[in-house]
Amino acid sequence: MQKMPPWADALLVPLLSLLIAFAISSVVIFAIGENPVEAMKLMVTGALGSSYGWGYTLYYATNFMFTGLAVAVAFHAGLFNIGGEGQASLGGLGVALVCLMVPWPHWSLALIGAVVCGALFGALWAALPAWLQAKRGSHIVITTIMFNFIAASLLNYLLVNMLRPVGSMDPATARFPAETNLPGLGEILGAVGIPFSTSTPANVSLFLALACCVLVWVLIWRTRLGYQIRAFGKSEKAAVYAGIRPVRITMYAMLISGGLAGMMAVNNVMGEANRLVLNSVEGAGFIGIAVALMGRSHPFGVFLAAILFGFLYQGGAELALWTKIPRELITVIQALVILFTGALDNMVRQPVEWLFARAGRGAK
Amino acid sequence: MDLTTVLQILDSTIRLGTPLLLACLAGLFSERAGIFDIGLEGKMLAAAFLSAAAAFVTGDVWLGVAAGIFAALLMSAIHGLASITFRGNQLISGVAINFLASGLTVLLGQYWFALGGRTPSLTGDARFAPITLWGAEALREVPVIGPIYYELISGHTALVYVAVAMVPLSAWLLYRTRFGLRLRAVGENPAAVDTAGVSVVGIRFAAVAICGVLTGLAGAYLATGLSAGFVKEMTAGRGYIALAALIFAKWRPWYALGATMLFGFLEAISNRYQNIDLGGIVIPVQFMQALPYILTVVILAGFVGKATPPRAGGEPYVKER
Repeated sequence: MQKMPPWADALLVPLLSLLIAFAISSVVIFAIGENPVEAMKLMVTGALGSSYGWGYTLYYATNFMFTGLAVAVAFHAGLFNIGGEGQASLGGLGVALVCLMVPWPHWSLALIGAVVCGALFGALWAALPAWLQAKRGSHIVITTIMFNFIAASLLNYLLVNMLRPVGSMDPATARFPAETNLPGLGEILGAVGIPFSTSTPANVSLFLALACCVLVWVLIWRTRLGYQIRAFGKSEKAAVYAGIRPVRITMYAMLISGGLAGMMAVNNVMGEANRLVLNSVEGAGFIGIAVALMGRSHPFGVFLAAILFGFLYQGGAELALWTKIPRELITVIQALVILFTGALDNMVRQPVEWLFARAGRGAK
Repeated sequence: MDLTTVLQILDSTIRLGTPLLLACLAGLFSERAGIFDIGLEGKMLAAAFLSAAAAFVTGDVWLGVAAGIFAALLMSAIHGLASITFRGNQLISGVAINFLASGLTVLLGQYWFALGGRTPSLTGDARFAPITLWGAEALREVPVIGPIYYELISGHTALVYVAVAMVPLSAWLLYRTRFGLRLRAVGENPAAVDTAGVSVVGIRFAAVAICGVLTGLAGAYLATGLSAGFVKEMTAGRGYIALAALIFAKWRPWYALGATMLFGFLEAISNRYQNIDLGGIVIPVQFMQALPYILTVVILAGFVGKATPPRAGGEPYVKER
């Protein structure tokens, strides 16, 4: 059969899937007695109509870039890391510990420390499932799900029993010292003369996320390890035949994946909350799955999909504020995006392939 | 600890183990037929919501159960369409179903009842009443046997007895009938079943439908038996615990009973005691909550009794051409 051109595979199919997901979401909005067109307008003005809206959109997008890249790297190795949630919350623990225990003189040094420590904790939380998959053949999907729950219990224990300041009822750590506060996006852009709202949680981590997108691209398509990861993901048998060691690749891919998820904490724990609270990840680990699927596991695709989900998140918050539509609408849209770009991919792809095959025959 | 306390803990073990048992058996049918299902949570949640909504509107709990089964079957249909018909990734489909249920239940709940995603509380015939078994009152005063029969075995809601009856029924269906043989074969070696002229797609859809019915019962029990109405995210990870129990039970019905009751017991203990003091060593409640997951990882790691999943699990079947 005539193959589809690459642009159709990379752009047309995801866009069609997205369109279907949005069409069904509109039906849902209509069914609960609201106007989909009005809702969309409200979302666009709320999320993209002001630098304040953009600030929140980019803040959420930063989270999703980290978790999306985490899922994407694992996907390239043929592994489904569903544990981004747990890895990111452990990353939060790492960031909180390093911010509270070390007297940092300046935020730039604290940032380096937090990146290293967050990534390390995230990677460690991914290490055991990875090792069990590589050595014992325990299914990584199940083990990472279990590790999400174990992480939740662990953090609950640590925050309630160990890290809570004396006299506080709130299960959260103390506030981080002022030296560790990261500069906001408004301050950075203001310094170079671009007016941007200073009251949003978007911060310097955005640039870290963008750098990670580039680094992951270099890793996957420009290095020997990236080649091995992709080869292993495409066909384990062929990779082994070519001398690629499965245990090593599984471990590397999962450690990088967990590290990226853990780094998310730099944005939400250090950049926004300035302390570690219960359930700090708020589902961003799972949104990473949608982002990676939508972005076809390509860092640039992940970047675009993260912005899209950032927009949905901020737009959804605005909707909940101004209309009777609850925030959970975003969960429905997210589910539909995962369903159509992930599980029902063939349903969208087959007709497109068929059309291209037909057009190809017509041209000859 | 006296007999009354023990009986109370075991009694709530049965109560809390029941939804796990139903969901675990649901997953068992699906996974034995080669369809991984991490969407148990979402199916239960959808069923819990619709059963509570229907039971409130009609005032009849059995209509609620029917509505719950319907909701779970709809979710199963999506899973079947994605993973059997279009040969998509079964795990991703499961994730999507969990989110779909989590979002839609609140969206519809808010639209219908405007209580922030809850349904109104169920009373009277709209929820399950405890059933007193024959002779329980008469035997009550007999020492030891009386309280055990009265407290532990009698006095549960109908779905608890249904769930327990499902264990031998599932075992019989899987191991003693032609359908069961074919279902297990489809999960191990679908090509062989296809060669024998039996439809792989048909058997797999049947398995996914059975999974829908059982998760429907599990969800309905949560909303109309265990509590009186639906609240947001009321499954609270039970679908995943059921999944863990399924691995713990090595995909076998009778073991599933043991595994789910063990996990139900752990939940009952952690509900009753905050921290357990074992002569100097204090076990925090969070550890008890994490224990089902830790045990499952240990079992999965194969250090204690290796759990081997059905061989063709997770792989879409493509007919040879």
